Amino acid sequence: MNFDDVRDLYQEVILDRGRNPRHMHRMEVFDGKGAGDNPMCGDQVEVRVLFAADGAVADAAFEARGCAISLASADLMAEAVRGLDSARIRALATSFNMLARTGKLPEEAPELRTLQVLAGVSEYPSRVKCATLPWSALIAALDARREVTHD
Amino acid sequence: MNFHITPSRAPFDVAKIRQDFPILGQKVHGKKLVFLDSAASAQKPRAVIDAMSQAMETQYANVHRGLHWMSERTSEAYETVRDKVAALLNAPSRDDIVFTKNTTEAINLVAHSYGRGVMKAGQAVLISEMEHHANIVPWQMLRDAHGVIMRVARMTDAGELDLESFAAELAHGDVALVAITHMSNVLGTYNPIERIARMAHAAGALVLVDGSQAVVHRQVDVQALGADFYVFTGHKLYGPTGIGVLWARHDLLEAMPPFMGGGDMIASVSFARSTWADAPQKFEAGTPAILETIGLGAAIDYVNTIGFEAIAAHEAALTDHAMARLAEIGGLKVIGRGQDRGGVISFTMEGAHAHDIATLLDRNGIAVRAGQHCAEPLIRRLGLTSTARASFGVYTTHDEVDFLADTLLRVRSFFQ
Repeated sequence: MNFDDVRDLYQEVILDRGRNPRHMHRMEVFDGKGAGDNPMCGDQVEVRVLFAADGAVADAAFEARGCAISLASADLMAEAVRGLDSARIRALATSFNMLARTGKLPEEAPELRTLQVLAGVSEYPSRVKCATLPWSALIAALDARREVTHD
Repeated sequence: MNFHITPSRAPFDVAKIRQDFPILGQKVHGKKLVFLDSAASAQKPRAVIDAMSQAMETQYANVHRGLHWMSERTSEAYETVRDKVAALLNAPSRDDIVFTKNTTEAINLVAHSYGRGVMKAGQAVLISEMEHHANIVPWQMLRDAHGVIMRVARMTDAGELDLESFAAELAHGDVALVAITHMSNVLGTYNPIERIARMAHAAGALVLVDGSQAVVHRQVDVQALGADFYVFTGHKLYGPTGIGVLWARHDLLEAMPPFMGGGDMIASVSFARSTWADAPQKFEAGTPAILETIGLGAAIDYVNTIGFEAIAAHEAALTDHAMARLAEIGGLKVIGRGQDRGGVISFTMEGAHAHDIATLLDRNGIAVRAGQHCAEPLIRRLGLTSTARASFGVYTTHDEVDFLADTLLRVRSFFQ
């Protein structure tokens, strides 16, 4: 037994991103921040976003204590949303929730191409929240955009 | 006529015991089930399953109401369980056994009836950092509604009650009630209840003991412990869900107003006023969990047949074995190093989150719990966000512990 049957969940990309997330750091200059809590496991994630003059996301990063799934999801998300505006990100969040729950994307969403490695989580009902938590935090960050001034 | 069954099954034969639990033959994800989550809820022996289905098939009606044969027999079966619980806890009287839904309801009953009914604003409840949410939240609600103070005794880094902190909290002089766990559901640590009770009584405080975990593993004697209230739940003791127990000293039950109003808890009712039945009926409003109570009775008979001495010895050996095997795994840290501990083992692993561990174990048929275990303050106190937890029951084997350790070694390399 080499855990072959969990490879659909723990694909190499997920293990790699879980071990070495590229975007897990504290962004000192940002326009909005939002937090997500999973009371089941005590995991927390905070996402910060910085917008460019045209309203698109210039940078996104996160801080978290979480499992491989949530870290990988947050890390891939932070990359995927760069260059996108708030409206598109909100639509993608809905699509990603669908992907996590059903394993399928409801629409053409090329921006979520790299996140499709997380489709396997749909086979693990108790782990869906791990994947979607960073997106909840991101939406909270978008909502909080106007209330926050630069640190 | 009922005859008492004398404990007889010796020596402890775990293979034979496993045959009593039909579910242990199940497979999950195509693998043999290795159930290491008994601290959350234990599996049920055939005797419990049969007692409940036989009652439904042959002898069932509402209790305490009917003048007919079925009701009388059912009432007798139901009330017999009160005697069994009294014997289990060495309670002085069967009339001090109150049936509740579970431990949570039992504590809420005390928080309501004793807390609001007897305690005065400005008096304090003293709990510990080791408590399950069920022994925290009802006291917070009492504090917020009734002006009672909530004090918290600290825990040591080893996962034991800090008796100095406990004494310091008692020294405030306002503590009317100590509410503390007998055995931590996260750390497996037993608290020295006799000593705690002596200290509490000397300070003029009563003691409520949360026995949810301890009653499964040790012979409990509420009189020897010096407890004033003792609560536990049936489903962790190999019984069904929906049935729990509050034992309290009789004078306390008498002084406490009812928790809920309704049928069965009254002496007389008119629109002007009602009067209450005596304890325990005063606290058992409405049709009770008849079948579940009968199931609990069968569960108590079951553990008595094995015997608590044998159960404790089996689980102590398992725990020693598990601690030794887990110590071989690099990066694995057992949380809680209490001197007096039982078969509930929490751990963390470097590079692997508790949820990832649990998922990988599950795919190999091993059921453990991962998360905060309904004890968020305890987990935070330890500087953690979650742990994985393996917990043992009468049916747990050394082979299962070995399989857990072997699989954890592979989990470790998977995430490295």
